[in-house]
Amino acid sequence: MSELKLPIYLDYSATTPVDPRAAKAMMECLTNEGNFGNPASRSHSFGWRAEEAVEEARKNVAALVNADPKEIVWTSGATESDNLAIKGAAHFYSKNGKHIITLKTEHKAVLDTCRQLEREGFEVTYLEPESNGLVDMDKLKAAIREDTVLISIMHVNNEIGVVQDIKAIGELAREKKIIFHVDAAQSPGKVPIDVKDMNVDLMSFSAHKIYGPKGIGALYVCRKPRVRIEAQMHGGGHERGMRSGTLPTHQIVGMGEAFRIAKEEMASENERIRSLRDRLLNGLNDMEEVYINGDLDQRVPHNLNMSFNFVEGESLIMALKDIAISSGSACTSASLEPSYVLRALGRDDELAHSSLRFSIGRFTTEQDVDHAIKVIRQAVNKLRDLSPLWDMYKDGVDLKSIEWAAH
Amino acid sequence: MAYGEKVLDHYENPRNVGTLDKDDTSVGTGMVGAPACGDVMKLQIQVGANGVIEDAKFKTYGCGSAIASSSLLTEWVKGKTLDEASQIKNSDIAEELALPPVKIHCSVLAEDAIRAAITDYQGKQTATIEKKSA
Repeated sequence: MSELKLPIYLDYSATTPVDPRAAKAMMECLTNEGNFGNPASRSHSFGWRAEEAVEEARKNVAALVNADPKEIVWTSGATESDNLAIKGAAHFYSKNGKHIITLKTEHKAVLDTCRQLEREGFEVTYLEPESNGLVDMDKLKAAIREDTVLISIMHVNNEIGVVQDIKAIGELAREKKIIFHVDAAQSPGKVPIDVKDMNVDLMSFSAHKIYGPKGIGALYVCRKPRVRIEAQMHGGGHERGMRSGTLPTHQIVGMGEAFRIAKEEMASENERIRSLRDRLLNGLNDMEEVYINGDLDQRVPHNLNMSFNFVEGESLIMALKDIAISSGSACTSASLEPSYVLRALGRDDELAHSSLRFSIGRFTTEQDVDHAIKVIRQAVNKLRDLSPLWDMYKDGVDLKSIEWAAH
Repeated sequence: MAYGEKVLDHYENPRNVGTLDKDDTSVGTGMVGAPACGDVMKLQIQVGANGVIEDAKFKTYGCGSAIASSSLLTEWVKGKTLDEASQIKNSDIAEELALPPVKIHCSVLAEDAIRAAITDYQGKQTATIEKKSA
């Protein structure tokens, strides 16, 4: 048995380390001895070789999601892909209407882009998910208007890991002739993706959530039927005019390798990760007053989001200095802000404040999980001993019956 | 967020955690904050016949700085008269713990807590005197 390495990384949804195989491929595209050419150089072999590597990577990214390589546009990451897709499609199709539908639990890259479009005169409907985090199809149908030009719904939620029924939404959007964008930053390698079967028009990808490097992503732009977007970055007309800028060969090769590995290994990897997640869940679930946030079945195996009632999230994270995890509570200002995702599920602020997101990945071991269970139980017990709310709960006091002085 | 050494020390070894009998007339209880805001502080003081705080206990739901602020406060009020204790300022706590600006509200809450405890204790005394004279 290998030795336990502290701190334990359980924040794979924030970012992942680059897979050594991807890192090796990247390093071969940097130095004078390597494949350093500009892929856009047409007049010499340095450019041709770089272009070849870029196109090989494009094939690998496309293959994981059943796209045609020609439908993949390189970007700097999922945030840029979201911006390009949403602004690009909204602007291009604005003559047909100026209404957009999205979800309250989307990533800020989608929500903030929609806010910007509102400032430009678009109208946006922010759908509320059900309490399990999933979209209700009837509510989505009801939100569609004559002038709806774009629906943007994420595939896998970054905080609670729930998986939306993209195929059902895609069918509806196609039927209503509405452009459908999917933020899939969190899903490749975790759930199967088939852009054709799912009727997706635009899909955002990131490399660093799937063991590729940071600073590179892609946007799938459907060619059949042809989906049009207005470029947001102008210049040399790279990527068929949709995204100008010299292609970073090493980044692209890293992303391509990461997607290639994911396609090859995701089935067995996900099985292993699911058993680790269940181990973690079983190790914590018998504690009193713990709640799982988001649907447990319609969820990627990598994610566990739990609220430990009567314990405040930031102090809990402070007690868990051996474990790298995220809290649903950002206690950084006088007005403490619990996670907007958990709030959108209708979770009480208290429960949102006491939530932790565990995300498990390629290099997590059973030992890691067992150690995490041990220290979490210790920390929760310690903090509950310190918590006046826990005492009140134990005394049978209904906390909702008390008039708290909000501050 | 990186915490100061003193915050960490109080957080890891909180002083005077516990509960006093809230029905005892010599005990004053202050509970401030709100669960929805992410912090609730309960501070209790036991006051001797001479008006000196003999014992203090706290329980806090909140971030590390909130826990440290209340822990420090219990240390400070012990041995003080009510008058002296009511003079404790949030800025003294913030300075002692080197709280960053975003955590100043934790020290404000601690100041609110000691005032609430003193008010509760004084209310009990007035009630007792009224009962006796009635």
